[in-house]
Amino acid sequence: MRVNFTVNGRKQEADDVWEGESLLYVLRERMGLPGSKNACEQGECGSCTVRLDGVPVCSCLVAAGQAEGRAVVTVEGLAEFAKQRAEHGGCASGACGDTKGTSLQDAQQWQSKPTDSQTGEGVELSPIQQAFIDAGAVQCGFCTPGLLVAADEMLEHNPSPTDADIREALSGNLCRCTGYEKILDAVRLAAARQERQGEAV
Amino acid sequence: MDFLRPASWEEALAAKAEHPTAVPIAGGTDVMVEINFDHRRPEYLLDLNRIGELGEWEVGQDTVRLGASVPYTKIMENLRTELPGLALASHTVASPQIRNRGGVGGNLGTASPAGDAHPALLAADCEVEVESVRGSRRIPIDDFYTGVKRNALAPDELIRAVHIKKADGPQQYSKVGTRNAMVIAVCAFGLALHPETRTVRTGIGSAAPTPVRATAAEEFLNAALEEGGFWDNGKIITPSVAKQFADLCSAACNPIDDVRGTASYRRHAVGIMARRTLTWTWESYRGGAASTKGSVA
Repeated sequence: MRVNFTVNGRKQEADDVWEGESLLYVLRERMGLPGSKNACEQGECGSCTVRLDGVPVCSCLVAAGQAEGRAVVTVEGLAEFAKQRAEHGGCASGACGDTKGTSLQDAQQWQSKPTDSQTGEGVELSPIQQAFIDAGAVQCGFCTPGLLVAADEMLEHNPSPTDADIREALSGNLCRCTGYEKILDAVRLAAARQERQGEAV
Repeated sequence: MDFLRPASWEEALAAKAEHPTAVPIAGGTDVMVEINFDHRRPEYLLDLNRIGELGEWEVGQDTVRLGASVPYTKIMENLRTELPGLALASHTVASPQIRNRGGVGGNLGTASPAGDAHPALLAADCEVEVESVRGSRRIPIDDFYTGVKRNALAPDELIRAVHIKKADGPQQYSKVGTRNAMVIAVCAFGLALHPETRTVRTGIGSAAPTPVRATAAEEFLNAALEEGGFWDNGKIITPSVAKQFADLCSAACNPIDDVRGTASYRRHAVGIMARRTLTWTWESYRGGAASTKGSVA
């Protein structure tokens, strides 16, 4: 079957989709967006977390056909998504009107270009991505995309989270490397920066 | 496999009547796991996501009509006052991502004894509204679970909503697992005080082939509370009464040994949870009763 949906703010269609296929499979194998990771395939690990009409979900548990007509944001579109949100406020998923979005080609070729203190180049990260790098919250990186999408969504509606809020919001994302402390640091950092920016405006 | 996408409830019923083997999929948090692991290859998937009314709820005079697909997140956010037991149970479901998709209709449809919502539904008391092209009926929750992962649905029926009694007293929910998130219950316990009828209802999860009530324990406690005038005098429940109640709740279990726990552990833990939830709810009832008295005086 064919699935028409919005991915990172742009209309896309996927062809020859098997009816039992997951949204995760469609994103990775048919859209060429392997940022969302495939690990447990049972909703345990959260590494496939994407936004579906704005709501964080495990894309491995969404049947591809259920995404028909809906808007998906993956980690590849997170930087643009966060930028749109900062500029226009509210919805940036493409679910409510036209946004610039990220073309499939751009998303496929997306690479992180952190504003590293050493290189100082590039501006194409969302605040949460930058915070993960600055706090050293990435080791093997497998869980990172899911954590980024989940953490970004929490900061969207809860700009000043307590540690308990952060733990709760990220309780569906497993990391086997970091012991989570650096990840918590990263989210606290992103929240603090967001707050400071809010004050500046 | 065919993917059926009814745009309305009527279309969904027609599709289910035409293809009784069709597997309904809403949040997908059970169905997709089975498909991903090749445990199930249904001939038809019946997508219920397009039917908006399944995601809505109405708070009535005595009951809440909860649409089958209302996600657990929404229950936690919006129905904590009306359905405190179910809201607590919802909070123990898996992770935020899963709670954003899964709903009570899925728990009921799967009818696993480990479903987190069941003990709360049994304790609160509710009716399951099911429908087919032949008509609509309401199944009392006590008659709904018929066996391991079996329920009272006919092949052509779909779950539309659950009519849950609004809380008329404190409710509690307790669950045993290895961590707070992403845990299938080793066992779980729900308890609701119903001061209006001066009764107590219970629900036990993961400790019998189906979710069950501890009816003998309820009857014992109802009689003991009545006899001691506890509903009126608001005294602390006698430890011997609480212990007897806990023992009877343990006795209501019919558990198995499995990877998550042994039968004897489950029986023991259910007794502990029964005593604790009784203490918690009763303390809250006494506190409420005391403050009401205070305001009157």
